[in-house]
Amino acid sequence: MMKFRFRRQGADPQREKLKQELFAFHKTVEHGFPNQPSALAFDPELRIMAIGTRSGAVKIYGAPGVEFTGLHQDAATVTQMHFLPGQGRLLTLLDDNSLHLWELVSCGGCAHLEETLSFQPPSRPGFDSASSLPSLSRVTVVLLVADGARAALGTEGGSVFFLDVGTLTLLEGQTLGPDEILRSLPDDYRCGKALGPVESLQGHLHDPSKILIGYSRGLLVIWSQAARCVDRVFLGNQQLESLCWERSGGTVVSSHSDGSYAVWTVGSGSSLVLQPTEATTPYGPFPCKAINKILWRNCRSGGRFLIFSGGMPRASYGDRHCVSVLQAETLVTLDFTSRVIDFFTVHSMQPKDDFDDPQALAVLLEEELVVLDLQTPGWPALPAPYLAPLHSSAITCSAHVANVPAKLWARLVSAGEKQSPQPASSASSWPITGGRNLAQEPLQHGLLLTGHEDGTVRFWDASGVALQPLYKLGTAGLFQTDFEHADSLGQAAEDDWPPFRKVGCFDPYSDDPRLGVQKVALCKYTAQMVVAGTAGQVLVLELSDMPAERALSVASVDLLQDREGFTWKGHDRLGPSTGPLSWPVGFQPLVLVQCLPPAAVTAVTLHTEWGLVAFGTSHGFGLFDYQCKSPVLARCTLHPNDSLAMEGPLSRVKSLKKSLRQSFRRIRKSRVSGKKRVMNANSKLQEANAQLAEQACPHDLEVAPVQRRIEPRSADDSLSGVVRCLYFADTFLRDAVHHGPTLWAGTNSGSVFAYALEVPTATAGSEKRPERAVEAVLGKEVQLMHRAPVVAIAVLDGRGRPLPEPYEASRDLAQAPDMQGGHAVLIASEEQFKVFTLPKVSAKTKFKLTAHEGCRVRKVALATFTSVACEDYAETCLACLTNLGDVHVFSVPGLRPQVHYPCIRKEDISAIASCVFTRHGQGFYLISPSEFERFSLSARNITEPLCSLDICCPRGTACASYRLHESPKLSQANGTPSIILAPRSCDGSPSPARSKGAGDMPQTPEATLSPLSVDSATSADTTLDTTGDVTVEDVKDFLGSSEEPQKNVRNAVQDEACSYPILIK
Amino acid sequence: MNRSFHKSQTLRFYDCGAVEVKSKFGAEFRRFSLNRHRPGEFKDFYQLVVHAHRLTGADVTIGYADVHGDLLPINNDDNFCKAVSSACPLLRVFVQKREEADSCSFGAGALSRKRRMLAGLREEGLRRRALPAIGLPRDFRPVSSIIDVDILPETHRRVRLYRHGCEKPLGFYIRDGTSMRVTAQGLEKVPGIFISRMVPGGLAESTGLLAVNDEVLEVNGIEVAGKTLDQATDMMIANSHNLIITVKPANQRNNVVRGSRASGSSGQSTDSTASPQSLPPVQNFHPDELESDEEADIVIEGALTPPPPPTGSLLRLNGHCSIHRLLSSLQADPRHSLALPPGGIEEHGPAVTL
Repeated sequence: MMKFRFRRQGADPQREKLKQELFAFHKTVEHGFPNQPSALAFDPELRIMAIGTRSGAVKIYGAPGVEFTGLHQDAATVTQMHFLPGQGRLLTLLDDNSLHLWELVSCGGCAHLEETLSFQPPSRPGFDSASSLPSLSRVTVVLLVADGARAALGTEGGSVFFLDVGTLTLLEGQTLGPDEILRSLPDDYRCGKALGPVESLQGHLHDPSKILIGYSRGLLVIWSQAARCVDRVFLGNQQLESLCWERSGGTVVSSHSDGSYAVWTVGSGSSLVLQPTEATTPYGPFPCKAINKILWRNCRSGGRFLIFSGGMPRASYGDRHCVSVLQAETLVTLDFTSRVIDFFTVHSMQPKDDFDDPQALAVLLEEELVVLDLQTPGWPALPAPYLAPLHSSAITCSAHVANVPAKLWARLVSAGEKQSPQPASSASSWPITGGRNLAQEPLQHGLLLTGHEDGTVRFWDASGVALQPLYKLGTAGLFQTDFEHADSLGQAAEDDWPPFRKVGCFDPYSDDPRLGVQKVALCKYTAQMVVAGTAGQVLVLELSDMPAERALSVASVDLLQDREGFTWKGHDRLGPSTGPLSWPVGFQPLVLVQCLPPAAVTAVTLHTEWGLVAFGTSHGFGLFDYQCKSPVLARCTLHPNDSLAMEGPLSRVKSLKKSLRQSFRRIRKSRVSGKKRVMNANSKLQEANAQLAEQACPHDLEVAPVQRRIEPRSADDSLSGVVRCLYFADTFLRDAVHHGPTLWAGTNSGSVFAYALEVPTATAGSEKRPERAVEAVLGKEVQLMHRAPVVAIAVLDGRGRPLPEPYEASRDLAQAPDMQGGHAVLIASEEQFKVFTLPKVSAKTKFKLTAHEGCRVRKVALATFTSVACEDYAETCLACLTNLGDVHVFSVPGLRPQVHYPCIRKEDISAIASCVFTRHGQGFYLISPSEFERFSLSARNITEPLCSLDICCPRGTACASYRLHESPKLSQANGTPSIILAPRSCDGSPSPARSKGAGDMPQTPEATLSPLSVDSATSADTTLDTTGDVTVEDVKDFLGSSEEPQKNVRNAVQDEACSYPILIK
Repeated sequence: MNRSFHKSQTLRFYDCGAVEVKSKFGAEFRRFSLNRHRPGEFKDFYQLVVHAHRLTGADVTIGYADVHGDLLPINNDDNFCKAVSSACPLLRVFVQKREEADSCSFGAGALSRKRRMLAGLREEGLRRRALPAIGLPRDFRPVSSIIDVDILPETHRRVRLYRHGCEKPLGFYIRDGTSMRVTAQGLEKVPGIFISRMVPGGLAESTGLLAVNDEVLEVNGIEVAGKTLDQATDMMIANSHNLIITVKPANQRNNVVRGSRASGSSGQSTDSTASPQSLPPVQNFHPDELESDEEADIVIEGALTPPPPPTGSLLRLNGHCSIHRLLSSLQADPRHSLALPPGGIEEHGPAVTL
């Protein structure tokens, strides 16, 4: 027993220092679209846009690569946001009625979005003030007046309060109560009724002292703040939704809850206006829904833009999410697939201009951002350089390809451009251009592949901060699905009125769940890829620069191998399309291999040099020679007692009793063994079924506390035959002298099968191997005694490095592996890692993670970590994500634990399931269905936003331009406190990734110090493990005055040897 | 400890009624066969062995390796019948002169120990001699033990459960709960993990060392304080082949009183009141087994020379089936140095190493 106490190795200072140079944990940037956006703001001067979310996150976007993130302390919905124009400051209103002032704080070389002030209005005023002052109940609208120095708050009680923005304090004595307004109204309009909440507050561009106030009841008032009197009164009678004050101030447009809008003229005559000059219900005459927001924009070319959301006929199109754009006679009803949150136009804000001349319309929807170019006829949509809707169909799997060769990159980009032609004119470019991206061009191209529920695979440029779509591969066209005809019928039936135009790409509805992509693998040297799906379809494709037309060749492999007593009760296979199909430029299918039974593919691997693809399902695995288009091997891994494997996830013919029994078994299973849950649609469906089943029989709901059964895994656990990983390697399986191609497969029950392959070798000079049959012979079977699912297999060469990818060695793209023997195989199960010698499979080293830590392995990857101190020094390590959301790094092949960091909340199962590691120590996981969080384990390889913004000083006297560098972000949108730790990179080091911000620009002292370590408030135990961090106080101290940085630079130069911050406890 | 059985295609292939016997005395082997269905009496077998090894007149003990690799004695008709009937396919018999037979010759893991002794002969011998010659109940297979009594507080109990060679389930459940701790601030409620249920007839229940509402403090030397129920569950399952849990028994009346303990600090102490298994007599475990939680994974080597094409696939298919039978029949029993396959795995070529 004593050995447990002795296992903790003593801290070797040399090694500890090296670890600091190799490993550091940062959450660097969030890719994708913010989950559940709730507010939008735009600063026309700085040209930056802010999006607030329901979880209290604030994200600011400018030019591509310019991103800032903040998070409110309380996870309350951000209901409104207003930029203080040109100041880089933002006022936010949360639904808990509190106001917060955010600032893009720049201190020396490091800047970030920071909350500077907050204000909670007194919820219950004292008795004395209640009599004289109406209570500041609930703030409904906010208007910034006088260049953002003051804010007017409209409340539910009908009062307007004034607030000093600089200090966020109420300005006493300026409050405008509804009584004051009521006094100036004619008696017949008053008739004892209240005005209702303030619905809208609008300022005037030219006369900041005047405020247009709209009350819910319909009354519009122009209030002169300077004279403290009512200037104009418009006696509206329709319940008000929103207001817009035209640029010149002569016209007011109001929108109403009955779907109408009214135009009022601010004449010079009487202060009392009884009737609007124009009142229209655009989608009448039948009852319409409310017009929630309306904008009026005039143009130099004559005519005006009237842009409004909602107002659709209630009965026929009440469920549509629409924004209507009306200019002169042109009306377009933009038909979106998700709810409209807010919208704005990008237009001139110079007071001297007479016209708005809107350039673009940006519409924030629940699930995407759509920007329309209003200057190009036809108002085409502009492709967004960021905020990519990753989840346009639910993500079912993802993969990362590092170091993509430039040739493949160019081919992918051109294939993508042919798919969605870029707008030709240069005028119609992305309108949100604030800030400057200081990040250097990434040195290498990183590709993120996401597989989706609708059968598409999307290729994203993950090289930099902005995740950009490159190419989209659809596989649905290869199959005959039942839903094709219904779709075309629906479109034909649509009327001409209203003139709908479908905009946006968010389409969560999948035609057929069987199309879902389960596994993706891409060979970056040959541009061949394999896409495997839910109905056992394995598709091998190749990138082609020429369109083609040919029939799909189909082969099927029976994985059951005549096993008796099993019948598949799950879904049918997808019928492949017959006849010649035309293929555009891009990935074109080589062959479709259909697994039988058509269960979801659980593992896939591709070896392009040998022309082989291997795939596994819950029944077994197969090997297919796609060059000769012939099956090589099929192996059933089913255990005889495993009956669950036969019931497909979509089986609808189960008896109630049976499904109940299974549900309980499944629940028990998940409790006992914590089996990996693949969070795809099918397992969600199963879970939902299980929950339903539980609710259906309440007598089974135990009052007793949750229990866990302690029982070793037995061989006949259900789903023991699921193939979890497949791996090709050129190694020693037969004997220690001859190496050759091998295939490795690991199952859910801890079995590993190793096959020796006989692949005819290519003749010299030709890429293709001769057309002879490939043979596979079973070489080894390993049964891990702990029977935990095998998560990954990798072969290490004589120097302990993982073998290179196909073609890397033969084309001299990577260092050739040591083939002098001494190979070892690393088998990672959910419970432990083990290295076995080859060819005699005997255990060499191991680490029992579960026995020591009580956590289980979810994802592993071998990654190369390069030292920040020395570019030539790199180590290959095993990165591992556990079911508790922690990331561990182990040395290879010694399997010594190196570092570990808390990364994901353990409750966030889908985030853990979605995690993918890159080859160079970074990783991605989904923090919401639409957002990838990027993190970095490497101290050197970090991708984070580095950007500058030219901000006018808040006083407005001088417009000094200074640089802002955003530090590694301090908080995260999903509300978990993140740990930001960054070792300072030494200024002289030739670090390609770290010094990217300081690459091209003049080396100001601030810039040299740029990537500073900032530690958010983290728990003590994380700081213990992550040495090399500086506390917040130190950073502030560090950058306190302008002399400080220079002094520090000198220090850094002086003691270059210890360029790492000392751990301050 | 790798040992290959290179197949010898013998008559057992063709005559299933015969049991091949390989009898070993010292370094000598004798081979003969017995009728599986009518093995005869022990007396005759004894004579046959003595005669075969030319040991007439000497007093010998006869043992055999059972399916789990344990060395078990043959000294009466019953265990002789059991030995012959359970031989699969080879019956390995070990003969020793009575006066040379050492005290720990029989029992679980005895074979492996013997082999290991060659390596660490000196220390092994020393340690063995240091053992007081108390009459331990050597005729039982250990299923549990209380260990580390000398280093634990008297209120705690560290229990080791042996699952090997035992078909019983471990058989207990754990739950979350709160326990009272005395701290500087007085009594404090802290979350803890408790045994919530025993499976009737399971190993945990049959040992009598664990009970419902016992608080689990450690699992294989690692504290569970601060760990969730799921983490503790995973730790226990990961260690289930050699589970050592430290509990604070709910019933504190049966605690070991330290003063009365005689067996020193060897780490082994009172054996449980386990019900005897229906298995032949075994000896108690040896302390050095504590260190040997080495779990051996089974590696099955395939016939790597490609079989002739016409029959190849058929043969391979058969091999798979038998491998499956083998894997399913081998209940997690990592400790045995010899896991002889009950199925005819050798018939198709692959050898078993461990």
